[in-house]
Amino acid sequence: MTLLIEFAIALLKVLVIVFGFVMALGSLMTLTERKYSAFMQKRWGPIRAEVLGFRFGGLLHLVADGVKMILKEDFIPSGANRNIHTIAPAMGLFTAMVIFAIIPFADAWCTGLALPVEGMDLCFGFDDAEALQSAQPAAVATFAPTHPYFQIADLNAGLLYMFAITGIGVYGTALGGWASNSKYSLLGGLRASAQMISYEVSMGLSLAGLLMVYGTLDVNEMVREQGALLWGTVPMWGILVQPFAFFLFLTASIAESKRAPFDMPEAESELVAGYFTEYSAMKFGIFSLSEFVMVVFIGAICATLFFGGWQVPWLYADGFHFSGDSMLAAASGGAWTAGELQSYVQASTPDIALPYGLVVFLRIGCFLTKIILMIALQLQIRWTLPRFRYDQIMFLGWKILLPASLINLFITALAILLLR
Amino acid sequence: MPAKTLVMERGKRSFWVQSYLPEVANGLAVTLKHLVRFITRQEESVFTINYPEEKRQYPERYRGLHRLMVREDGQVRCVACMCCSTICPANCIHIVAAEHDDASIEKYPRIFVIDELRCIVCGLCVEACPCDAIRMDSGVHCHSFTDRTTAFLNRDLLMNLGTYSAAKQGGERSF
Ligand code: SF4
Ligand code: SF4
Repeated sequence: MTLLIEFAIALLKVLVIVFGFVMALGSLMTLTERKYSAFMQKRWGPIRAEVLGFRFGGLLHLVADGVKMILKEDFIPSGANRNIHTIAPAMGLFTAMVIFAIIPFADAWCTGLALPVEGMDLCFGFDDAEALQSAQPAAVATFAPTHPYFQIADLNAGLLYMFAITGIGVYGTALGGWASNSKYSLLGGLRASAQMISYEVSMGLSLAGLLMVYGTLDVNEMVREQGALLWGTVPMWGILVQPFAFFLFLTASIAESKRAPFDMPEAESELVAGYFTEYSAMKFGIFSLSEFVMVVFIGAICATLFFGGWQVPWLYADGFHFSGDSMLAAASGGAWTAGELQSYVQASTPDIALPYGLVVFLRIGCFLTKIILMIALQLQIRWTLPRFRYDQIMFLGWKILLPASLINLFITALAILLLR
Repeated sequence: MPAKTLVMERGKRSFWVQSYLPEVANGLAVTLKHLVRFITRQEESVFTINYPEEKRQYPERYRGLHRLMVREDGQVRCVACMCCSTICPANCIHIVAAEHDDASIEKYPRIFVIDELRCIVCGLCVEACPCDAIRMDSGVHCHSFTDRTTAFLNRDLLMNLGTYSAAKQGGERSF
């Protein structure tokens, strides 16, 4: 019975996160990208689709595009490998969507009483503050279980999972290019593979610094660590401790998403449309949708690793703490007694006290805002920078990003060694 | 003789520029400025023309659909000299000449067809015509075709757009 409930909860998480968030944002991106670029260039963008004279600022183009994609002829060139040609777009979208499993939209739900200890919420085994007050002061405080309701899979090797999945993400592109029986597509597919191999290295190395700082691969744990206050005042977000790594990671991941300025696999000017030259109708739509989902993912992972994820600055389980002093201190003997917790709850109320439910709600909202800002940054980059030449991309990947990320790793290691 | 070489000096780029990232930030700032300006004060300088409702003002010498000019009596001015079909780089003017009853005119085009799908709108036919018989100043946009046969504009269709031209035609005849 409990297994069934667990299963139902997991299914619900997948439905809400993947279809309610990822797919919604991904398909909205097809319109947003055109609108955003249009506004940057003082144009209106798509506005003409209308129903009974209402245009809703172009929103109807979402429907119009969908209908168009479904009704168009699905063309498979002669000599193409029909099965692989059909599977390839699905593989692209599948990998782009399953990486969202590791993104935590809020901290694991605490079934007991959550209190902040030096910038990290801990879940104590009391039902609420009143239960805590009636407990024996000398009793050692226990911990209550937490449930990762806001993260599909709470993997302790979350980042490795991410690298594994983005690594196979290129299969959709490469196979699609190969199965089309077209030279342009094949070249596009090859370019995608080469680009993926080149940038995956620096992507991994740029995050290695973060792993050393936080000492964990668990994504939710990494976000929790970012709540710690540096010098008692500044939240220790990834961008503060690893500013250099952020730029390396952003560059490498934009290159991974195959969008301008790194759009070598598509390269309209040289390869017609690169790996999806021979795709039409919904298969083409799936390819571009997976590209947009990838953009959303990059936004989400950058926000998670470098901008504090679901952390609202200075907001902890029981409200806002603008300095580290008002939080519970580390336990002297490895565990707290109920008495210590009681005096904390009575004495040092947070600067602004908030109920736990509201805190979780604020955190989800803050995380979504961060994702949207990161997506906007990516759109801004995509519509500002001119594209690279192919040799420049290889040069940037192997001769600049790779040494730079190694140097970053070295400096981080040195700093950790000296500061510990 | 050795080829004359001109050595181009590369513009000096400071370390700041070469390190790329600051310049990327500058570029992003420029585009962001345009974005914010456009969103906050929309009515100013929009490049979009909502085409069927708003139309762009065509320049005076805009080359539109061809037209064949007519004489005072409504006959076609063209004397089937073949200058236009000869110069046409797209080879899209097809003329079949016939003898005119009036000996002072000599010839007229029995068939005069322009394939508007092949026409590259270069205007050379207009330049070549010795008697102001063909013009492209109709100001009419070439319409869209769904059937190739409707893209062949024949003499009568071309003359419908034409008007009387007062240009002097023909020289002094001695016979
Ligand atoms: S405009 Fe140029 S291409 Fe067109 S008919 Fe005249 S000469 Fe030929
Ligand atoms: S050049 Fe003028 S007169 Fe000669 S055939 Fe063409 S339209 Fe007629």
